[in-house]
Amino acid sequence: MTEPQQPETTQKGISRRNFMKNTGFLAGGLVGGSLFGGLLTNQLQKPETGTKNATHIVTEARTFFSRGEDFDILSAATERIFPKDDLGPGAIELGIPYFIDRQLTSEWGTNAKEYMHGPFPQTAAVENYENKDRDQNKQGPNADTQVPAPTPRYQTKMTRAEIFTEGIRAIEQTSQEKFKTKFKDLEPDQQDEILQLFDEGKANMNGVNSNTFFNLLLQTTIEGAYADPVYGGNRNMDGWRMKEYPGPRMSYTADIDKDEFIVMKPESLRSYQGNEDEHGH
Amino acid sequence: MAKKLEKVDVVVVGSGWAGGIVSAELAKAGYKVVTLERGKKVDRADYIGVKDELRYTNRYEMMQNLAPETITSRVTMEDTALPVRTRKEMMAGTDLGGGSVHWAGATYRWRAYDFEIRSKTIERYGKNKIPEGMTIQDWGITYDEMEPYYDRWEKTAGISGEPDPLGDKRSSDYPNPPMKESPAVRLFKETTKKMGYHPYQVASANLSQAYTNPDGETLNACMFCSFCTQYGCDFSAKSDPLATVIPTAIKNNCEFRTNSLVRRVLHSGGKATGVMYTDTLTGEEFEQPADVVVLGAFSFTNNRLLMLSKIGQQYDPKTRKGTIGRNFNGQMNITFQGARGFFKEKKFNLYMGAGALGGTMSDFAGDNFDHTNLDFINGGGIEFRQYGHGAIATNNVPDDTPSWGPEFKKNSVFYTNRYMRVWYTPAIMSWWHNYLDLDPTYKDEFGDPLLRVTNRYTDQDRNIAKFGVEKCTEIVKEMGADIVNPDSIPDEFDHIYDGGHYAGGVIMGADPATSAVNNYLQMWEMENLFVVGGSAFPQFAGHHPTATIGALGYRAAEGVEKYLKNGGQLVEAKQASMNA
Repeated sequence: MTEPQQPETTQKGISRRNFMKNTGFLAGGLVGGSLFGGLLTNQLQKPETGTKNATHIVTEARTFFSRGEDFDILSAATERIFPKDDLGPGAIELGIPYFIDRQLTSEWGTNAKEYMHGPFPQTAAVENYENKDRDQNKQGPNADTQVPAPTPRYQTKMTRAEIFTEGIRAIEQTSQEKFKTKFKDLEPDQQDEILQLFDEGKANMNGVNSNTFFNLLLQTTIEGAYADPVYGGNRNMDGWRMKEYPGPRMSYTADIDKDEFIVMKPESLRSYQGNEDEHGH
Repeated sequence: MAKKLEKVDVVVVGSGWAGGIVSAELAKAGYKVVTLERGKKVDRADYIGVKDELRYTNRYEMMQNLAPETITSRVTMEDTALPVRTRKEMMAGTDLGGGSVHWAGATYRWRAYDFEIRSKTIERYGKNKIPEGMTIQDWGITYDEMEPYYDRWEKTAGISGEPDPLGDKRSSDYPNPPMKESPAVRLFKETTKKMGYHPYQVASANLSQAYTNPDGETLNACMFCSFCTQYGCDFSAKSDPLATVIPTAIKNNCEFRTNSLVRRVLHSGGKATGVMYTDTLTGEEFEQPADVVVLGAFSFTNNRLLMLSKIGQQYDPKTRKGTIGRNFNGQMNITFQGARGFFKEKKFNLYMGAGALGGTMSDFAGDNFDHTNLDFINGGGIEFRQYGHGAIATNNVPDDTPSWGPEFKKNSVFYTNRYMRVWYTPAIMSWWHNYLDLDPTYKDEFGDPLLRVTNRYTDQDRNIAKFGVEKCTEIVKEMGADIVNPDSIPDEFDHIYDGGHYAGGVIMGADPATSAVNNYLQMWEMENLFVVGGSAFPQFAGHHPTATIGALGYRAAEGVEKYLKNGGQLVEAKQASMNA
């Protein structure tokens, strides 16, 4: 288990295994340092052309956001939450905006398995919501009717998909009000300023508090970075590589008691289920 | 109009450990048993090749669909309860095997102290140690009487472990040796040992070796694949009802009917006559008559079915009279607080693990330590668990790191395999103001009222949690973490029901004025109705509950059999002198 099972083809035709050997680093050793880890990842997983990319190019199209402009705002926002850096790719390169687009058409996006019967006390006036300050929330969902005690978070009639559509438009609206510029054209620190307003629940939104939306945006961005690539994010398993996460495996029995840190080449659900991967392995 | 089916000896509601054990035991004894499960039919094949974190952990594949039904929740009687709408906030297991399939596997016996908590607390500290309004009570059964049932369940489940050095007397060892130690578990155990404590390996339903149980069911050795809690085991290496009592029951002609949502217990003249259920695929309604009805579902379901069926007297907090819904308890956001350690120079293979792989100690559990000068009673285990982390879930960063952006990314990646959390699992005591009843506003898909939880924290809860955080912080520091962040103590209940450990409402006891069932889980008010599971806990002990639910399953099965042979109340009621 300490050695990669199969050589990993790169654009240059060098296997990851050979690359590691040649550079004197063994996969089973302490590859640790994130700088080297990031360097390695960048060397090996540059965006490339050819058959490998063709697959995700044809499977990447919007199926939820009808307006390309909405999708661009989403993309810019996720990239600020999870930016590209020397550790590895950011949200856009990982395919996270497409991951979110697909999730919003799923049963999760449409709240198909949530209790959605009224009355719904949540209004835009409400301060604290789902996922926010889980331990210390003292605000009720409706300031008019509630005593100051925590209450179950999700109290809106809106589905998550509807919250996203409203939220993306509210980001653009806030950007226009504050900087008179499109959100996607703002400087990164200006974009952060806008997102911070949503995080703190201080931006204006229809139907829900802006931090209800921000928490969903943050949650799905993280999910898109690290969920199995079958869902459209974590492209090329680069999210997993950054965390030195191996993907689904049958067994760690041989390694569970070992002291040294073990880096394994990640494997996807597709190969775990016994299908060929993109390289024909 | 419901279609009336042929009468059977026993109808069981729910197919988790509680319902599954009762089904297997009565089928083995030769009775005709039908078991009704609201979820779908599943077997091992459903869990092969689906190690998918998003689907199971983040999208709750194995949890009840809340669209037709959930619960409502509030803090005090003056509040308006609101529905717990999303599966992020409300996770209750479903499908064949129930919540017992996605469990982690950590196994603890509850303590002699727990079963006689009121008597033993008064005996050691005097009557004033129990605050007014704390409605803890003895179970009507002692640890010594429970011991054979614990032993039986551990053998059925093939539990792998070593005895708790500070635990109560055992009639035999666990059937299998403890799991392997990982370096992180070793660090916890060696550190706490050096500090003078008594660490041991968490007893585990993830098996340390292949094993055949007394019913002839075979389990495999756990492979530490990490897809354990919130997943079904694809390898029959985590003991659950699908691998043990359900196949045993089926071999003995028990019939499991899935997609069968029980909506009422039918009764006349003070006796249960059967249950009414709806086939969730076709919408058809059926009546299943039976000599004995066993409710072995999740606590919430057991409570709600009694309330909807108008059986027993609803607890009223204003008069403190009535038993159904009394003493709601469980492990909530004030439980599992401790300390988080971040290691700059040390990395652990934390992506490997198993649900119950871990180290624990009972030095601050139950009444193992002197409470004379402490502002709480009872205690809990201190645990380090190596579940095997998922890539989505693992974003542990020191407290001063922002929750998104460049620094978050850098730190969450850096600390992925450099993080250990040690927590306390304190006992949760019962109070007159924490209870269950039916909601006046919100309804299920059939127009029946939802169950309503009213629950708030007390100084007992906050003080015991604070004590635990202090102890865990000392341990994590001693383990050599470079950054140690103690958890903060929540002021109030957050209405998140994501741990599955919610109990009470149909509690056991010796006195019908303060308990709904006797120590065979037989209802005082209806002798052919047995209510089995966490709903019977009068309060929550300081350890995980599953072994106790398993033991109660065996106790109840024995009771049902006695009843089928001889009839009548199996236990003589006692009038307790110390009502809360």
